Amino acid sequence: MDVLGRYRNLIVLVGVLFAQVLGLAVQVKRTTDGESTHLIRIWAVGAVTPLEKALGWVQTSTGNVWHNYFYLRGVRAENRELKQEIERMRLEQARITQDADQARRLQALLAFKEQFISQTMAAQVIGSSGSEQSRSVYIDKGEHDGIKTDMAVITKDGVVGKVLRVFRSTALVLLIDDQSSGVGAILDKTRLQGILRGTPAGEVVLEKVMSDENVPVGENVLTSGGDGIFPKGLPVGKVTKVVPGSDLFLNIRVRPAADLNRLEEVLVVTKIDERQAQPDQSGAMRAVDILAERLPTVPTKPENPAEGAVKPNAAPPTATTGSTPPGTGVAKPKPSIGIGGTATATPQGTGAANASTSTTGAVKKPLENPLTKPSSPPVNPAEKPKPQPPAQDTPQ
Amino acid sequence: MAITYTSGEQVEVYRFSIPATILIPLTAVFLQAWLPLRFPFFTIFDLPLLVTIGFATARRNPLAGLFTGGLIGILQDALTHQPIGLYGISKTVVGFGASSLGIKLDVENSGARFLLTLLFYGVHEIIYFLIARGLVSLHLEWSWTHEIWSGVANAILGVVLYALLDRVKQRT
Repeated sequence: MDVLGRYRNLIVLVGVLFAQVLGLAVQVKRTTDGESTHLIRIWAVGAVTPLEKALGWVQTSTGNVWHNYFYLRGVRAENRELKQEIERMRLEQARITQDADQARRLQALLAFKEQFISQTMAAQVIGSSGSEQSRSVYIDKGEHDGIKTDMAVITKDGVVGKVLRVFRSTALVLLIDDQSSGVGAILDKTRLQGILRGTPAGEVVLEKVMSDENVPVGENVLTSGGDGIFPKGLPVGKVTKVVPGSDLFLNIRVRPAADLNRLEEVLVVTKIDERQAQPDQSGAMRAVDILAERLPTVPTKPENPAEGAVKPNAAPPTATTGSTPPGTGVAKPKPSIGIGGTATATPQGTGAANASTSTTGAVKKPLENPLTKPSSPPVNPAEKPKPQPPAQDTPQ
Repeated sequence: MAITYTSGEQVEVYRFSIPATILIPLTAVFLQAWLPLRFPFFTIFDLPLLVTIGFATARRNPLAGLFTGGLIGILQDALTHQPIGLYGISKTVVGFGASSLGIKLDVENSGARFLLTLLFYGVHEIIYFLIARGLVSLHLEWSWTHEIWSGVANAILGVVLYALLDRVKQRT
């Protein structure tokens, strides 16, 4: 008894340590983490997050007052710059829309399935784990808001992480720079695939890219969609350093696109749709039709023969009258032939392409190969119509 | 006033009120989770560890020290996605060690507090590293430079924090 009293403190210490080590071993052995320690985590999160939420609310309110009432200097100049930016982006958008239309048609031909982010939920970051070894943050949306585990979390800049644990009104998000995270990724131009992981030092590396591949510094890294969590094509980051690894793979450092150290608001992807790509036109499109879009413009054929010189071998007008030439079958919407390789297909209902009838009044006609049917007059560069104005809107 | 006598020196024992005992560790854990969002460099600090050392050296009771450290550590663990017990075990040992050492040493001056914090920060990191590598199979990297700088930063903050704790501690 005397010995027990003498070493009481030490015995208690050993007992407490043993209990904790035992608990740790049980947690490590169980593959489904969270069940045995769920209650402790709920208590801890319940004790800390209300204060974090309150502080976040105060901070947001103060920030709103500042931004809405006091921080208006230079707004006009900024507005002017933004308008110019919008104009520039509209031009860019028109080009991208046409490329996207074509990509969709090609995907439809190949029966590709696409993933779409159909629903997101905005959430505010209210806290972190507070540990260098656990790179995770808490958001102010939880089970009550429909958040579930393994939902992707993104910002406008790129991928942030995934929902790891869900509580009643908060959720724990594992960041992509944590060493236990993993994101299926693909390099934008070289199309090399790998796995994006965090390191103990908090860096992000792309693994499983063979060392004989050439990966340029500065290349964009996107999600590959292979992990089943992140939809394909979301920006992840940029390659900053490529060095040969110790094994067969390259050691590729990636700077995350989203600033993971200064997260304030994020989007939780609550619904992803997967559907087969549909072309904007009704009916399947042949590869030859797509190729034909790239061919040079066929100039306008005058509707009234009196207005232009009639050539003996000129083709009769077709689509302008809405009539179908004998033997051509039912007139289906076909793409008009564009200018200088600009895709001007006329999918129904798309803003960009509805302007496809050129400014010269080029008529839609059943597709025919202008190279084999020289019924139209040759293209005269002097008469070349002006390019169409870009589409102003793209209905969603 | 309860006084313990060790090696012929008088060592005062303090206690904290119940609200302070509950709120100070909670505030430390809260700040540890909240401040890194606004100031990312703050992750090098370990406020719950400093509170553990501060409480342990003031109370000078090994049992109170180990239980306080253990509870604070478990609370800290619960906010991470790692298994619960990593910080718990580390801070249990630190709480026990700091209070045991507090009985033998005068830890009322800033120099001693600085060195004590530096020492126990190192002990804490080593235990955490060993458990994480050996028991949980986490691939942690040990960097002497990082640990030394973090230790010094924590020790400086600790000296300030202990001065604040001095204001709320009560003589028994």
